[in-house]
Amino acid sequence: MAKGDPGVTTTRGRRAAPRAKRTAATAGGDPELVQLLTPAGERVESAFGPDGTEYRVDFTDEEYRGLYRDLVLVRKLDAEATALQRQGELGLWASLLGQEAAQVGSGRALRSQDMAFPTYREHGVLYCRGIDPIMPLGLFRGVDQGGWDPNEFKFNMYTIVIGAQTLHATGYAMGVHMDGKTGGDDGEAVIAYFGDGATSQGDVNEAFVWASVFNAPLVFFCQNNQYAISEPLERQTRVPLYQRARGFGFPGVRVDGNDVLASYAVTRHALDNARHGQGPSLIEAYTYRMGAHTTSDDPTRYRIASEVEAWQAKDPIARMKAFLEKQKIADGSFFAEVDEQARAESVHLRERVLAMPDPEPVTMFDHVYPHGSPELDEQRAQFSRYLESFEGSAH
Amino acid sequence: MATETLTLGKALNAGLRRALEHDQKVVIMGEDVGKLGGVFRITDGLQKDFGDQRVIDTPLAESGIIGTAVGLAIRGFRPVCEIQFDGFVYPAYDQIVSQVAKMHYRSQGKVRIPMVIRIPYGGGIGAVEHHSESPEAYFAHTAGLKVVTCANPQDAYWMIQQAVASDDPIVFLEPKRRYWEKGPVDLEAPLSAAYPLHSARVARAGTDATVLAYGPMVRTCLDAAAAAAEDGRELEVVDLRTLSPLDLTAVYESVRRTGRCVVVHEAPGNLGLGAEIAARVTEECFYSLEAPVLRVTGFDTPYPASRVEEEYLPDLDRVLDAVDRAFGW
Repeated sequence: MAKGDPGVTTTRGRRAAPRAKRTAATAGGDPELVQLLTPAGERVESAFGPDGTEYRVDFTDEEYRGLYRDLVLVRKLDAEATALQRQGELGLWASLLGQEAAQVGSGRALRSQDMAFPTYREHGVLYCRGIDPIMPLGLFRGVDQGGWDPNEFKFNMYTIVIGAQTLHATGYAMGVHMDGKTGGDDGEAVIAYFGDGATSQGDVNEAFVWASVFNAPLVFFCQNNQYAISEPLERQTRVPLYQRARGFGFPGVRVDGNDVLASYAVTRHALDNARHGQGPSLIEAYTYRMGAHTTSDDPTRYRIASEVEAWQAKDPIARMKAFLEKQKIADGSFFAEVDEQARAESVHLRERVLAMPDPEPVTMFDHVYPHGSPELDEQRAQFSRYLESFEGSAH
Repeated sequence: MATETLTLGKALNAGLRRALEHDQKVVIMGEDVGKLGGVFRITDGLQKDFGDQRVIDTPLAESGIIGTAVGLAIRGFRPVCEIQFDGFVYPAYDQIVSQVAKMHYRSQGKVRIPMVIRIPYGGGIGAVEHHSESPEAYFAHTAGLKVVTCANPQDAYWMIQQAVASDDPIVFLEPKRRYWEKGPVDLEAPLSAAYPLHSARVARAGTDATVLAYGPMVRTCLDAAAAAAEDGRELEVVDLRTLSPLDLTAVYESVRRTGRCVVVHEAPGNLGLGAEIAARVTEECFYSLEAPVLRVTGFDTPYPASRVEEEYLPDLDRVLDAVDRAFGW
């Protein structure tokens, strides 16, 4: 996936055409779900969105292997973070388990100039942006609250308040437009991540309105993982989420969020539309949160094992592996090598988390205001004197 | 000298115009700020002269105004957001206190949100409910925000420009019932010559008691001081101008001289700015005080129906009554 633009080709067909165009491999395909790789690992040549857009990918073998590597890596790093929380080294972790394909597919679809606005679960997108996976762990360990520059990484800080970042993404995208950075292949696009629960938030609905009326170069990427902590999708909506886009005046499409190829194709298409000045769109990546909402959650209280097992059969990595094996794109030595890389990177991550120092208490006074504050300087000084008043204080 | 007599509203308009001229990254956004020029006409004529990419009529959604302005700020713009009335800021409250206020802190200084949130506030215009509130304490309580309010046309002209030029997110409170009051404004002096934004100022010197006010209550307290002078009592009136951070240096100096302090605001007294000021003045001036710091404020009720708002709002008599009590302690 290193090289520029793996051949996603999309053409806008007529609504009547899709069925005739499908290959045999699409049998059983759901017209409401764009899928290019079945749970059994069968490639679907192309698939059609609800507006007749045809989605396909044309990756090289190396690119296919790259996607598989990404999927395995982000799952392993995520598992390591969960383990670190269980051992008391992180205060909390929001696992992406089950959502790897939606994140790797959309994350790899971003071009270098594109900007992403994540929630607090987009560790996979972060990884695909080429960002060191240690970066968000300070937040979960409790040594900082993000602390990175969104513009440096083209990846905004994690946003905990549900849906708030969709408005930030919309404003940023309006700014892209105002800067005249849309209209060509080098145009900039913005992607806003959020979940099914967030679609009930006022901010998200306001973002839909704003993006629509200002024709913002923005992709709303909703990972519908079926649960907002304990509440199932039925408590958020009575219509498929992607259909909401229509009411706001832009296209919506539902993609198999456990299919990395389809997630890539749909996102790349939507981003390219946006960068060319064709406005926003909504992608509903239909997936499943295999683990808990966060490490503080107990999903056995609100969902049954058979449901989880059914989704286990749609696992994003297993299907990609099956595909690579069947097509002889990769062999056992490749899979072993990827597993070893994942293991090594997770060990490296663990070592660095354990080495993260706690911040000095007085640093809590830093950065409240861009140019400092005499009032806070005084509070800091008083607090320092207080700390120093203890006998044997190291401060 | 280009000193003109302007209303406070026109002075704000002139200040915003200069801010738009000075920095191409400044954008004004809000409901009805474009063609209409805002319901109070504060942005009158600006869209016509600067275009609809810089003076943006937004959808009717306050959280959207502030939330998108955050994104614009991350991209390097300097958004000036208008909230149409004080009572309509609450839908944007989360974006203001959780996002705007904290972005610089959370990013360890890597993200600045140089945003101005303009809010016409306070009562006295006979409005229906939700149009007369004084929400300053909510914002002054929030670290990361700064809160200022102007009380006369000259300050309005300078302070709005200083706020736009500041790298801090600033809640800029405009005393709506004073929009039509006139005063001299020097339109040409350089911004660098303006009185510092986060500084209080003595609005009337006096020797017998210190009266603190801000925004719409400054005029009320100046009138009270004039009346007191007729009775032979000289009140020192301090216009606070900045509510967060508070600038009380001049206040402490004043109270040490007078020994008496009265704080006046329209907002309810309970946990209002007056409470914080009373605590600080007591701490700093304890041995100089002849009486406790007294407060004259709105009552701890929702803002009442407009036919009784004159009774709700602190006025000249209530200010003088408090001064009398300070002397009778």
